[in-house]
Amino acid sequence: MTVQQLNSFRTGPDEHGHFGIYGGRFVAETLMPLVLELEKAYAAAKVDPNFKKEMDGYLTHYVGRPSPLYFAERLTRHCNGAKIYLKREELNHTGAHKVNNVLGQILLARRMGKNRIIAETGAGMHGVATATLCARFGLECIVYMGAVDVERQKANVFRMNMLGAKVVPVESGAKTLKDAMNEALRDWVTNVESTFYCIGTIAGPHPYPMMVRDFQSIIGRETREQMQAAEGRLPDSLIACIGGGSNAMGLFHPFLDDNDIEIYGVEAAGHGLKTGMHAASIAGGRPGVLHGNRTYLLMNEDGQINEAHSISAGLDYPGIGPEHSWLHDVGRVTFLSATDDEALHAFALLSKLEGIIPALEPAHAIAKVLELAARKPKDHLMVVNLSGRGDKDLDTVSRHLGSKAR
Amino acid sequence: MTGRIDRRFAELKKEGRAALVTFTMAGDPDHATSVAILKALPKAGADVIELGMPFTDPMADGPAIQAAGLRALKAGQNMKITFAAVRDFRNGDDTTPLVLMGYYNPIYIYGVERFLGDAKAAGVDGLIVVDLPPEEDSELCLPAMKAGLNFIRLATPTTDDKRLPTVLTNTSGFVYYVSITGITGAAAPDAEKVTAAVARIKRHTTLPVCVGFGVRTAAHARAIAAGADGVVMGAALVEAVRQSLGPDAKPSSASVTAVTDLARALAAGVRGARVAARA
Repeated sequence: MTVQQLNSFRTGPDEHGHFGIYGGRFVAETLMPLVLELEKAYAAAKVDPNFKKEMDGYLTHYVGRPSPLYFAERLTRHCNGAKIYLKREELNHTGAHKVNNVLGQILLARRMGKNRIIAETGAGMHGVATATLCARFGLECIVYMGAVDVERQKANVFRMNMLGAKVVPVESGAKTLKDAMNEALRDWVTNVESTFYCIGTIAGPHPYPMMVRDFQSIIGRETREQMQAAEGRLPDSLIACIGGGSNAMGLFHPFLDDNDIEIYGVEAAGHGLKTGMHAASIAGGRPGVLHGNRTYLLMNEDGQINEAHSISAGLDYPGIGPEHSWLHDVGRVTFLSATDDEALHAFALLSKLEGIIPALEPAHAIAKVLELAARKPKDHLMVVNLSGRGDKDLDTVSRHLGSKAR
Repeated sequence: MTGRIDRRFAELKKEGRAALVTFTMAGDPDHATSVAILKALPKAGADVIELGMPFTDPMADGPAIQAAGLRALKAGQNMKITFAAVRDFRNGDDTTPLVLMGYYNPIYIYGVERFLGDAKAAGVDGLIVVDLPPEEDSELCLPAMKAGLNFIRLATPTTDDKRLPTVLTNTSGFVYYVSITGITGAAAPDAEKVTAAVARIKRHTTLPVCVGFGVRTAAHARAIAAGADGVVMGAALVEAVRQSLGPDAKPSSASVTAVTDLARALAAGVRGARVAARA
């Protein structure tokens, strides 16, 4: 077993997929050979210059990378503290960071000769990105989505249908992201020969948490270069919202060993941590095993998984990526949380101040930026990952703000 | 280690027939009814008992067993009550093997050492934990062996000859062959393919091989039993529980007879298999 070096936070996972005690491969035997096959295929692709060349080509010409690192001048003035930069992942093709990972997995699926792609989705952004790349490469695409999410993210369901994907509403459990993932796993266990499971976040059995992190790390690598170019140095703090945590890990990972940089993850506090109606696994959960990995989970005293709650469908999940759990335990990342109301306020504020309508997910990060930035000196450089755009959330937001106005 | 499971399969081998392995969910539709079902199953022809530990997110189970787990949880089932059910069963039956089946998280949260101690004390003989492949043996499998419990592993159509030894190492009691790639209670397996797969596994082990997932009818059980050491019936039995419930979903004694009637028919199917094969 590889011993994690104490002087680096970037060497995980070990060969069993463990980040400290987190991660692992807790899947049914039917899936185990597939997970091992995927691990092998990814290891081969990772060192193949042709795979990198192909990725880079599509990232530039199809996704539209690099995404800008934008100085949010009016937001900075509003907070009257740190200098705030937005990493504009919402400008990617399909409108979120999700496409970075999906591109990598779809190119890998093609190498592996898999022509049927399944995915789970919460807000629908991962589903849209998967449907988009399946359309681009002529692959069959089935997206599992909780029936509640199908209802609250209708625009994305329509987008997926337009792209030729089949959206399957999931009626079990709370009918949200967790249940969509259960159903996708049940599909995978049934259609093992033809099917590639394109997981949308840094969770699931090894190698998914590592692989998705690698694909998303382009966010942080670009940010390093762009901040050097803009300010001649690295940022002082990073902040991102966390459901499973792929946009956050994408930004954080290239900076983990720069020990002077403060790193903040923002979980969804829903109606408030004390109400029990939230999706903050670190703040309100404890280590357990679900969906192929050990990680912080929301559960009752008997180990039964609780339903999460967040106004944001993309954060509405009772778990978190295992690497985040480890980074929490070792103290490298500080986890905060923002309520539904705080996120709604930040959503409206960013729209008005910067002319950028954020998705409800990164609105949680913006909400904490408002607090943190105000406490920092003016030469403090803060980067927030604007992981998606808010078009999909306009119905939800107008319903909430409208009902408050009345 | 010779336990109830080994003894039972040795007896059946002498009798020249396959085992009927029944699966029901602990606490479905409530604690009292599920214990009554458990106690009635051996008389109805069950040779080995599998008792499900309910979990909110059973990723390898189809709608029937998902619903059974949720009914049990709604009725207040937890690990302590499940152990009480096992103790109750053991008071009246010291020979029928009982295997607990479920997912890892409720065990992990109960505490592995405490779980193994309580399971052994209650009279549990073996464990089947769906989301613990050999790669995670240090979690529960090795401690269970040390505690004197059989750890029964699943082998599947995707477990090829190269991987089989990995799966069979540290397996004891019997091997559970998952007859289809899929979830419980889904597509019916092809009996010929299953017989070939069981023969393949038997080239690697002397353990009994039982076949489950998707076996629903007596005729089907009979066809599968002709080529295996046991047939596991689960989804059909828990579906019988569901159908026995009144319009208000209230449990009644009808649930017990619904399950035992079906078990009796299935047992006749399994017992008829070798006789038919020899004729």
